[in-house]
Amino acid sequence: MGLKPALTGIAYLAGKGISLKRRGLINLEAKKKMNGQHPTTDGGRRTWVKERPVIELVDVSCGYDHSPVFEKVDLNIYQGQFAGIVGPTGSGKTTLLKVILGLVKPLHGTVTVLGQPVQGKAPPFIGYVPQLESVDWDFPVTVEQVVMMGRYREMGILPWPNSRDRRLVSELLERLGLTAYAKRQIRNLSGGQQQRVFLARALIGNPKLILLDEPTAGVDLKTQHDILHLLTEVNLKGVTILLTTHDLNAIAAHLPWVICFNQRVIAQGAPEEIFTTEVLRQTYNSEMMVIKQGPLTLIANSALVLKSHE
Amino acid sequence: MEFLLHPFQYEFFRRGLLAALLAGGLCGLIGVYIVLRRMSYIGHGLSHAVFGGAVISYVLSLNFYVGAALWGFLAALVINEVTRRRKIGADAAIGVVTTASFAMGVALISRARKFTRNFEAALFGNILGVTSTDLVVILIVTLFAAMGIFFFYKQLLFSTFDEEVARVYGVPTRRVNTLFSLILAAAIIASMQVMGVTLIAAAIVTPAITARLLTDSFSKLVGLSILLGSLTAVVGMYLSYYLDIASGASIVLFASLVFSGVLGYSSFRSPSQKVVPRSVSKRASELLEDL
Ligand SMILES: Nc1ncnc2c1ncn2[C@@H]1O[C@H](COP(=O)(O)OP(=O)(O)O)[C@@H](O)[C@H]1O
Ligand SMILES: [Mg+2]
Repeated sequence: MGLKPALTGIAYLAGKGISLKRRGLINLEAKKKMNGQHPTTDGGRRTWVKERPVIELVDVSCGYDHSPVFEKVDLNIYQGQFAGIVGPTGSGKTTLLKVILGLVKPLHGTVTVLGQPVQGKAPPFIGYVPQLESVDWDFPVTVEQVVMMGRYREMGILPWPNSRDRRLVSELLERLGLTAYAKRQIRNLSGGQQQRVFLARALIGNPKLILLDEPTAGVDLKTQHDILHLLTEVNLKGVTILLTTHDLNAIAAHLPWVICFNQRVIAQGAPEEIFTTEVLRQTYNSEMMVIKQGPLTLIANSALVLKSHE
Repeated sequence: MEFLLHPFQYEFFRRGLLAALLAGGLCGLIGVYIVLRRMSYIGHGLSHAVFGGAVISYVLSLNFYVGAALWGFLAALVINEVTRRRKIGADAAIGVVTTASFAMGVALISRARKFTRNFEAALFGNILGVTSTDLVVILIVTLFAAMGIFFFYKQLLFSTFDEEVARVYGVPTRRVNTLFSLILAAAIIASMQVMGVTLIAAAIVTPAITARLLTDSFSKLVGLSILLGSLTAVVGMYLSYYLDIASGASIVLFASLVFSGVLGYSSFRSPSQKVVPRSVSKRASELLEDL
């Protein structure tokens, strides 16, 4: 007992995951053939090309006050990739995103984004959705105003938005089903709506690359699925997506590409291929069971499984 | 009517009232950002540091404003830098240094009681002390602050809401923070004569948290806070005149009264829903600690 409701949830999402795969949004077969090359999308067509990566970390070490969070990380993310960084809390996922964004200075190594070295300054064409926990929900701003902030780079010198800015924001809100909430203060929204508002802020600047920190934390399973689906759609338009999650079953197992991370890159690839007991033990420092049933991959904490057999 | 017009026959009152109107509005404007940036203790510290600078400048027979401005801007830049690094103990360091500066001012005053300038006014505010130079300084600083905040509205809003993301989007957050610290220092120096250094932090924070109870919109918050700041300062000036109390004290007391009234009203209006945004209740309790 105790495991059962969790498993139903997993099965529900796993089912949805299959439907994504059937619709060709997540192409498993093609990925198997590619042998270390990386997937790209090009206006919805999938092609595999070896080209300069969108994000390139070479021998990067990071830390705060000289105690390292991670060391000697090499990581490439390619044009059109939809990748997730998976690891337990405290493994350095947020720090990894921040070093890519130029918010945290690496102690060692080089970070290149869209061909430009990141040196204390954030690269352009990047969208960022921070962890929702870090948002000041009491701040007196409306949905509309938050999304408008994302147009900062495109806005003119005037302190207020022009009519084009307004039109673009209202079109995007419409597309994301947020029109009815445009004038609401941000606390008065559901978790899923809040996540969409901050995704809208990232999308409004027409980014080539979006980084999302735990976009599925703290929302229910259906909302998690909706968010993943929305991100898949964005990815199909050619936007490279890198997100973080600590959730193996509901999220990581549905991504086309995962990077198991715990102070270093432990493994990366399609979840069906790299989610092995060994990799997960190294990532989570605990025993996990990988259950493969047809196209489904379920991961269970062994302790929990044994208990449910009693 | 007679009650309102009577004190107008005095030049000092007309000057004091105009100074209070401007300084109150200025404090209300700055207060919005101070509250939302959680900087109220910085305002408190900076005002105390400025007092030390003002006294020293007098001892060295420098112009009051020159000394206070030099000292205040220096303190503002140092505090800005220290908080940016977010080292553990930054609050403590700021607290110690600013209080020491204040204590030095007090010590110097008690050593030599021959000052013509009324330093009690600098501590608690005094409408009698507002000279036409004070008035000009307040006017200039108010214009400078209003223009700075107007032209950097986007940058200030974004970096106040979410500094890291603002940086990602190319907002020059360091420059914005520095600019804001300088505006804050200038506002404190200019309002010192009316509000008094010990009470100025409350005069900055109270209109903003009161306005925050009444609106969820940022632009309305700014307008309302300016309005409340000016209004409470003007009423406070009359109270100061009729009750013969320090103007800083009467302004802050009246502003607190308005805050309590609005708090009661908003709790009454929506007893079950979120009554006070958490940031406001936290600010308010800190404020009470300060006083
Ligand atoms: N600003 C910071 N200052 C000091 N240590 C930090 C800071 N941010 C994160 N850390 C530490 O770095 C480690 C990694 O944190 P983080 O990158 O947030 O991991 P994750 O996102 O995987 O939970 C943690 O041990 C955390 O305590
Ligand atoms: Mg994190």
